[in-house]
Amino acid sequence: MSRQITAWLQAAPMALVMVGFLVAPIVMIVIVSFWGATEYSIYPAFQFDNYQFLFGSPVTYAVFLNTFKYAAITWALTLLIGFTVAYFLAFEVRTLKWQIALFLLCTIPFWTSNIIRMISWIPFLGRNGLANSTLISWGVIDEPLEWLLFSDFSVILAFVHLYTLFMVVPIFNSMMRIDRALIEAARDNGASAAQTLRHVIIPLCKPGIMIGTIFVTTLVMGDFITVRFMSGSQRANVGRLISNDISLLQYPSASATAVVLLCTVLIVIALLLRLVDIRKEL
Amino acid sequence: MGSRSRSFYILAAFFGLFVLFLYGPIITIGILSFQGPQGGLTFPMNGVSLHWFRNLFEEQAVGDIWGSFRRSFALGLMVMVTTVVVSVLGGLAFRKRFRGATMLFYLTIASLVIPSILISLGVGLIFNQLGFPVHWSSSGFGSQLTWTIPFGLLIMFAVFNRFDKSYEEAARDLGATPWQTFAHVVLPIIAPSLLGVALFGFTLSYDEFARTLLTAGSYNTLPLEIFGMTTNVTTPVIFALGTLTTLFSLVVIGIFFLTVWLASRRKDRSSDAGKGMV
Repeated sequence: MSRQITAWLQAAPMALVMVGFLVAPIVMIVIVSFWGATEYSIYPAFQFDNYQFLFGSPVTYAVFLNTFKYAAITWALTLLIGFTVAYFLAFEVRTLKWQIALFLLCTIPFWTSNIIRMISWIPFLGRNGLANSTLISWGVIDEPLEWLLFSDFSVILAFVHLYTLFMVVPIFNSMMRIDRALIEAARDNGASAAQTLRHVIIPLCKPGIMIGTIFVTTLVMGDFITVRFMSGSQRANVGRLISNDISLLQYPSASATAVVLLCTVLIVIALLLRLVDIRKEL
Repeated sequence: MGSRSRSFYILAAFFGLFVLFLYGPIITIGILSFQGPQGGLTFPMNGVSLHWFRNLFEEQAVGDIWGSFRRSFALGLMVMVTTVVVSVLGGLAFRKRFRGATMLFYLTIASLVIPSILISLGVGLIFNQLGFPVHWSSSGFGSQLTWTIPFGLLIMFAVFNRFDKSYEEAARDLGATPWQTFAHVVLPIIAPSLLGVALFGFTLSYDEFARTLLTAGSYNTLPLEIFGMTTNVTTPVIFALGTLTTLFSLVVIGIFFLTVWLASRRKDRSSDAGKGMV
């Protein structure tokens, strides 16, 4: 019993932070989503106006669709790139020292500012940026491409740039746990490299792939700043819907959208979690 | 080392391109921050100068950069220390399988995947409704912890899953109290990983944007300040700031790895404890 109490005392600070800054804010958002708002203040109420307005507006559906589109495309690209990079690190790099060094090379940007990393695309993609001037000097195009910056293209490019790491790390972790004897066995039994990849490596990497998938989809679905910045405010996702309401002080309406977003994200995670037990993978 | 297969070279090239993709843009703005005084936001370089760096140090030029840097730095340290302490305690608690453990675990994971703007909005609303002013050191601090602690806990799980319990049993058999066992046996073994938790705590806090947006109050942290600049600053001064703060992050990361490296070297030299086990 005293063991229980010690454990509880040790877990208490974490529980406090989670209750105070995760559970309470979400409860608050749910409550406020039923409140009303004037132009400059909000007042307690219990009305469904915010939800009615949200579900009654065709904009909502378009924006949610766009959010799913960003999530799906980013997911596919980060998975493809992340898997290839992890595969190279885990199976083609032969010494642990180099594996660690190259792995760190991939992770260092994670510890730097996302905002700066977004800003740093501007000189690349701008009308007179590096990409356009290079393509023009090569004679590939005659006029600068307009869709490089402030478009879906730049939004997804930034997502891939920011979040591929979240695929690389868990997939690399899964791959490093694969018993090399299994791969040798596959080869000895006459499997081609492609067959080994498809029937041995990919199934064993599934947990890593799922964890990466959860990270990338939730980060993209909850994002508002990348879309706003990289699209020059010309594209919308759910996060931007919320932040626009916030900037207009329409907190109840922002809260209602937030609740719907939260439910969507939780449903996506629940679906994914049915496929893997995270705790076993650490 | 046998000869490399063709797939190695193809994948190595892919990896090289990926690294270029990761670092290319930031290197570009590093170069562009040395633009001449007449230079713009893109190439060509219009001369080479330190003009934009100097500009950062002039008070009237742009916002309260140094104030926001000091705040971000202080907040980063606060979040770092708290994250380490809370994660270690949490990690120890989870080894004992207490009631409610699963619940707390899922809550912590949820904290990682919940859209940041919800935390920002919710915490902001609570503080407003309770009549507390939002401030980076109270509401901002708490909001950032919901992002750093989950990483800390995951690292602690990874550490304790690989932790050899016989060290603790040996200490206990030799008559050590639980506290002595922790302080003299467990802590030294997990210390390098704690540095990792600290690195996550500091850097994630230092760069956090979404969770601080509505919770920092009237005194901006550095990322908020930088984001504000993107809407009204159209000179390379923003690149100079980006270069400096990225360099700062890199120095922090460098110090971390240096410490880990030095610690592991000292351990190798000064003690043969555990050698017999291998």
